[in-house]
Amino acid sequence: MSKTLFDKIWDQHVVDTIKEGPQVLYIDKHLIHEVTSPQAFNELKERSIPIFRPNQIVATADHNTPTINQHLPIKDKLSKNQLEQLSKNCSDNNITLYELGHKYNGIVHVMAPELGITQPGMTMVCGDSHTSTHGAFGAIAFGIGTSQVAQVFASQCLLLKKPKSLRVTVNGKLKKGVLPKDVILYIISKLGTNSGTGYFCEYAGNVFEDMSMEGRMTVCNMSIEMGARGGMIAPDETTFNYIKDRQFAPKGTDFDKKVAYWKTLPSDIDAVFDQEYIFDAEDIGPMVTYGTNPGMGIKITETIPKENNSSFKKSLEYMNFEAGSSLIDQQINYVFIGSCTNSRIEDFRVAANFIKGKQKAENVTAWLVPGSKQVEAQIIEEGLKEIFDNAGFELRQPGCSACLAMNDDKIPKGEYCVSTSNRNFEGRQGQGSRTILASPLVAAATAVEGKIIDITKQLN
Amino acid sequence: MEKFTKITSKAVPLAIENIDTDQIIPARFLKATDKKGFGDNVFRDWRFDKNGNTNTAFSLNNPLYSGSILIAGDNFGCGSSREHAAWALVGYGFKVIVSSFFADIFKGNALNNGLLPLQVSPSFLTILMDTIHKKPETEILVDLEKQIISIADTNLFETFEIDPYKKTCMINGYDDIDYLLSKKEMIEAFETQRK
Repeated sequence: MSKTLFDKIWDQHVVDTIKEGPQVLYIDKHLIHEVTSPQAFNELKERSIPIFRPNQIVATADHNTPTINQHLPIKDKLSKNQLEQLSKNCSDNNITLYELGHKYNGIVHVMAPELGITQPGMTMVCGDSHTSTHGAFGAIAFGIGTSQVAQVFASQCLLLKKPKSLRVTVNGKLKKGVLPKDVILYIISKLGTNSGTGYFCEYAGNVFEDMSMEGRMTVCNMSIEMGARGGMIAPDETTFNYIKDRQFAPKGTDFDKKVAYWKTLPSDIDAVFDQEYIFDAEDIGPMVTYGTNPGMGIKITETIPKENNSSFKKSLEYMNFEAGSSLIDQQINYVFIGSCTNSRIEDFRVAANFIKGKQKAENVTAWLVPGSKQVEAQIIEEGLKEIFDNAGFELRQPGCSACLAMNDDKIPKGEYCVSTSNRNFEGRQGQGSRTILASPLVAAATAVEGKIIDITKQLN
Repeated sequence: MEKFTKITSKAVPLAIENIDTDQIIPARFLKATDKKGFGDNVFRDWRFDKNGNTNTAFSLNNPLYSGSILIAGDNFGCGSSREHAAWALVGYGFKVIVSSFFADIFKGNALNNGLLPLQVSPSFLTILMDTIHKKPETEILVDLEKQIISIADTNLFETFEIDPYKKTCMINGYDDIDYLLSKKEMIEAFETQRK
């Protein structure tokens, strides 16, 4: 029987099936961080259950870390305690931890791929909904709750019902200035925030085939924003070239053997999906969001739609926007380029390329937060830091930062922030803050102009 | 995990769609390393303004509404995987969340904490919402064994779906760790066979 990419990996990881119930799915890699793991460690400790496979767990500190002065002791007592708990839990249980300041430290969904930990055909989980990012490599990767973190600690398995399959195909040529972020924001704006619930999504078509690994990660990252537990893209030469020679990638003949296996993973030509959507690349433009969920997006040249629904109205009221109006010329005082969606080297190259020779507008505070220590080092090495410094942008140290504002990187009440992150929920970037999601290019242009502009005019 | 069979309770209406887990428990409260105290901050930024003043217009603050059942708009629990959202709802005293649709991860987290995510049809959700708005003292009956939700003193009811395995867990207070540990030998054999 013909199988999808998802079927092939899932079926190879099923340990057992409960009659009329869930399946026991084996997990290859378990990524953990400071926020969603402590209660799971406690659970096991209280029940005297050992960690079953510590060498299949990798830990990093990212959600609750400062992005300046990382060499100094952390001021916030609760944050300090949470990070110390992680260090203690990892050392007590022989788990590899890339703590704050380590050369491999970074946002979990940036550091694991760049170290070659993420590989095609794997099952991967993390107590973070954006674990879908790793699906860019042709892996089954998804976010889990803390009870499930404890289950994987205890057994390296999870009890799950196999999700349904969904395929989103985009073919054609993307217009100038349209980035992977725009592609996924466009898809979510068309399908809505719950169309993917209960499904695992495969992205197919030449648009994704032509994307870099960084771009594919941006797309898969936001699968959860349409409700899909995970997103994935078939592994190909781009994938293999990215993984080759990375720290934890297989080497020599082992690598060749793996590649031969990885080549068997793509969905069979006649594989059937439970749901299919097809879009044309030509229809996609640079995107911005106007509301309080990622599905409320429009092309930058479009106007905010009119909808007669109380949740929609509540959302516009929160944003202080009016139905029927355009976001062009909207003054913006905060710009954030970072998060597990857009904090990889390619994102900073795009921003630097636009910013070069220009100046940040005076009204704007512009934070650039790299996804990892390695990305930070690369920004310096490629001379991008100089461009950012000269233009008045602030390059900070790696972490989740203003994407969820757990640390001090918060957007003040009532202020708009054009952000490359993944969620525009009420208060997501700080109490009362108003988030407009966009690509690194739109974010960079906004910072330079001090307002949202029609970027398509500058490019043509 | 606490056992769950049936409850009869008044309900609190929350007629907002796409309630995400950032609203249920904002990120700044995720710094704790245990599961306690999250109930105090459930829906924090809807219940209180930035200065800590109570928002009296918000249904959880309305003295007319009480009970351990929350009736919420479509697509409840979307966004972040934080299980703190389930701990906050349970900590506040909710035992059942009724909605016409639940986000995946939240649903699993709720079930793992003895909180029943009860999916009803959009039309039954509207009936429930209208009934509670008009008569806040109305009692709602939830019977997990029979998989029925009904409105007291009316003939209005609906059956609901739940995974049979999860139903058994809820009724008996079992959790997945116990089950997975019982499969340890099988898991080890699986590992050996893959090498």
